[in-house]
Amino acid sequence: MLKLSNVNSFYGEVQVLKDLSLQINQGEIVTLIGANAAGKSTMLSCISRTVKSFTGEITFEDHRIDGLRPDQVVDHGLIQVPEGRLLFPKLTVRENLELGAYSKRSRNNRKERLEYVYGLLPKMKERSNQMAGSLSGGEAQMCAIGRGLMADPKLLMLDEPSLGLAPIIVLEIMELIKNIRKEGMTILLVEQNVRQSLKLADRAYVIENGRILMEGNGKELLDSNEVKKAYLGI
Amino acid sequence: MEQILQVFISGILSGGIYALASVGLALIFGVVGLVNFAHGEYLMLAMYIAYWIFNIVGLDPYQSLLINLVVMAAIGYITFKVIMERVLDSDHSIQMLLTLALSMVLQNLALMFFKADYRNIRIDMTNDIMNIGFITLNTPRVLAFIIAIGASVLLYLFLQKTFTGAAMRAISQNGKAAQLMGINIKSIYCLAFVIGTTLVGLAGLLISPIYPAFPTVGASFSTLAFIVVVLGGLSSVPGAIIGGLFIGVIESFAGYFAGPAYQQAAYFLLFILVLIFKPNGLFGRS
Ligand SMILES: Nc1ncnc2c1ncn2[C@@H]1O[C@H](COP(=O)(O)OP(=O)(O)O)[C@@H](O)[C@H]1O
Ligand SMILES: [Mg+2]
Repeated sequence: MLKLSNVNSFYGEVQVLKDLSLQINQGEIVTLIGANAAGKSTMLSCISRTVKSFTGEITFEDHRIDGLRPDQVVDHGLIQVPEGRLLFPKLTVRENLELGAYSKRSRNNRKERLEYVYGLLPKMKERSNQMAGSLSGGEAQMCAIGRGLMADPKLLMLDEPSLGLAPIIVLEIMELIKNIRKEGMTILLVEQNVRQSLKLADRAYVIENGRILMEGNGKELLDSNEVKKAYLGI
Repeated sequence: MEQILQVFISGILSGGIYALASVGLALIFGVVGLVNFAHGEYLMLAMYIAYWIFNIVGLDPYQSLLINLVVMAAIGYITFKVIMERVLDSDHSIQMLLTLALSMVLQNLALMFFKADYRNIRIDMTNDIMNIGFITLNTPRVLAFIIAIGASVLLYLFLQKTFTGAAMRAISQNGKAAQLMGINIKSIYCLAFVIGTTLVGLAGLLISPIYPAFPTVGASFSTLAFIVVVLGGLSSVPGAIIGGLFIGVIESFAGYFAGPAYQQAAYFLLFILVLIFKPNGLFGRS
């Protein structure tokens, strides 16, 4: 469904992604794990086209998307929930959610999408008229995921949804991702929370210094000595 | 007492125009992130358009309102596409130099083509007055005020109530997130710029029956709009509306109590005080 071939990306002179290739199939949940500054967010930015300078090929459902604008990528149903939520703090929760359906693929189904998201996240319905800036960390993450779902994604990319959340809230978020997954959504989950996210994954990649180091199914990687040593501290 | 009320209302009437001249600047700054020093020049252009249509075709500024706005929108669109779009990702200093240069170019083009003469539009209504109780008001100023405040409030409602308006507010809060929503931010930038220049053009048109057009007429309004926008909290449209009214009243009272020479001094003084004590603007929150 999504395929990156030999992607290299740069911030000025600094190369962040090095010959990175990866693939996600329809219906899968794939986890990308890696330490801080490994290039995970940069990879997502390349896919979403908010980073300009990179080389290589990115295809989505057999369309080349590496030449597109960010809004055109969204039109294809390739949706990113960014690291740090990036909500619009001075807009209400409801306005935030509705903007998730801005692209032409879901603009006209705004009402139905909102009903769906409210059904999945009843708390967001309670908070609908509150400013997004006043949400707690866990709620903000839910709002961000809800906003992503508003776009009616074909592939949902979640960048560190558990970042900065209390362990119990992390479990809640992981549960939510599981539920979304059950409805057949294809998901790319970027995480530093290795144990939780690998349990969830069909397949996983390990990224280090901008390169893919390992690939395997979730369980394999959880059991592998490298991952244990590097990320689980065992 | 009656005098004071008269002075106050006169200030409010000017303030409506100042508000309209400023909301576009606030919008362009808030959404596009562009500090547009050429803002007042669009007011100047609209005044000349009104003047020439009046002299050549014989339509007064109110009759030529729609044509004027369409032309102003087109000019705004062309400036955005030809000039502004190229510097969207550039440094603020580059953008400022560019809009400053644009303002000088437009002023000097006006000087070249239209000369330095003051161009007045004298229509029947120019000296009309109306009496409300003991208060006497100049009809074109009242009309200008009503249309100006109406247009400013419409802009506010557009931002608050429409989906496109929500997209504009979203961009001003987080451009990257807005892109991830599938908002084509360049086209929204363009729209915000066009709305901004058209509204300041409307302000120019509205004062054209009572105020002369000359090549540097925009400059004084630019300064004023910048003060209003800073008072109002930079990117806030309602802040700019209230800030405009406020400056109008200050100016009016300064003129009444201290003399016309002190009008500008009064709001510059206020401006400096605000920058010292409330740098986020009178109505801005920290
Ligand atoms: N906008 C940027 N400009 C310059 N360097 C950046 C930028 N964003 C990220 N980087 C650098 O790129 C590297 C990868 O960052 P990132 O993709 O955010 O990593 P991760 O998401 O895996 O933590 C880091 O060294 C980071 O400092
Ligand atoms: Mg990251």
